[in-house]
Amino acid sequence: MSTVSFCGLELAHPVINGSGTFDALAAQRVFGEELRAAFPFAAYVSKTITLAPREGNPPPRLWESAAGLINSIGLPNKGLEGYLREDLPQLHELLGDIGERAGERRRVPLITNVMGSDAAELGALVEACEARAEIGAIELNVSCPNVETGLDLGADPAALEAVVRAVRELTRKALIVKLTPNSADVGACAGAAQRGGADAVSLINTLRATALAPRREDPARRPWLGGGSGGLSGPAIRAVALAQVAAVAARVSIPVVGMGGVQCAGHARDLLDVGATLVAVGSESFRDPTAAQRIAREL
Amino acid sequence: MDELGAYRVLRVAAPDAPAPAPGQFAMLAAVERWGGGDGERPYLPRAFSIARRLQGEWHFLLEDVGPGTLRLCELRPGEALWVLGPLGRGFTAPSDGRRAILVGGGVGIAPLAILQDELQVSATVLLGFRDRAHAQGAALLDGARLATDDGSSGHHGLVTDLLSADIARDPHAVVYACGPSAMLEQVRVICERTATPAQLALEAGMACGFGACFGCVVPLRSGGYVRVCLDGPVLDAAELAHVDAHAGSPA
Repeated sequence: MSTVSFCGLELAHPVINGSGTFDALAAQRVFGEELRAAFPFAAYVSKTITLAPREGNPPPRLWESAAGLINSIGLPNKGLEGYLREDLPQLHELLGDIGERAGERRRVPLITNVMGSDAAELGALVEACEARAEIGAIELNVSCPNVETGLDLGADPAALEAVVRAVRELTRKALIVKLTPNSADVGACAGAAQRGGADAVSLINTLRATALAPRREDPARRPWLGGGSGGLSGPAIRAVALAQVAAVAARVSIPVVGMGGVQCAGHARDLLDVGATLVAVGSESFRDPTAAQRIAREL
Repeated sequence: MDELGAYRVLRVAAPDAPAPAPGQFAMLAAVERWGGGDGERPYLPRAFSIARRLQGEWHFLLEDVGPGTLRLCELRPGEALWVLGPLGRGFTAPSDGRRAILVGGGVGIAPLAILQDELQVSATVLLGFRDRAHAQGAALLDGARLATDDGSSGHHGLVTDLLSADIARDPHAVVYACGPSAMLEQVRVICERTATPAQLALEAGMACGFGACFGCVVPLRSGGYVRVCLDGPVLDAAELAHVDAHAGSPA
């Protein structure tokens, strides 16, 4: 395990979290000092922040599928203002004091993930992040459906390039584009993000998926999830993730954050070996909050 | 592992673990062969109320209803188990001199056992089960009055019938309840109608147990959602507009 340089950030090891898979402030409530002593990630990615607060989708929000999990959480968050006012100072305090012994504690960089439905919304979010020194880098969630086409913003290379170019001018912080796997050609989308001025790309986000309510609960067999459909994660998507990360790493010269179904150091090593600079752990942290720490140690 | 009618009591050595409060839960997963069962499951750990703490062991009440609970029921003595807990917020002791009424249904009686152990006062215990085999689970608590769906033990009908009669007899009470969502909803309605304070231990599909996944939310009467794992599993019934029929964990 060695230190890694990523977009100007110096990281203690190459393992971070996928956005929305670890709530550091909730974990601090539950695990207290234990979390500070052994924070599992070398950088911490916030859950997705939107301009307006969101309550998230009605339950049920989860479905355990074959070797994986379908979620339809719906990006609940306090909105930009609530995040900056309430969460950011607490995250800054927590992340500034990580390590086993008080005298040897380090700061874990904070990457704030934002989502907007168009360039104007994303621009407002990025500008607000640019103004805050506590934020080390910005990740753009471009898995928001375009109102006109129904396609994810990030699934259309031309639209993606234009959006990235527009927000690029608004920040000097590192800009990471979180690519959607639900596109015809993820390599083309990665190339578009790079041309637009992204400093890095991260992938894969969850694969669009659904599950039907069991017949005994609903003879009409409607979708189980309150949101209708959701995103699949976990070991079920690992091989898909490896293929997409390999395709993207071959296509771009900027760093790649690879994720999807990583459960052990061997899975992380696969992603690094096809060209990822960092690896993110997502659903595995649900099964074990110390998973990323174990993976980083064994790398 | 002890047999208890249709249930099993899983005893886990936890000598150094912090003492759980009644109503708290833990996430459980077998270390070996967790996965590869029916439908390539289980994948996620399973949330269980801590049923009892005794002589350095935590007890859990299990019923085989799916690939996860089946694997846990198959654990052999000495086999390794992954445990995360105690988690969540538990029950609050009665105040204002109110008596305690414990209302449980099926495998949901589990947290009422540790609650009865730790209450400083004796409580009325009302438990409902499907049939005689399940009703043997009542041995987990002392002095329970029973209701069964098929009339094979105790009252032929719902445990909430017993609750209505008991509140009518002496309304200066607080109700502690855990069980299927339909039972909890009925408890909530009865307590609302009689202005009886009630604490409901909820079940919800949950991936993590520590606030990370946002999967286990329930809607509040005042609007918005709370995470059952962080702000529950025990919630004040007055905070809820209803108990969702969809509530439940992956089995």
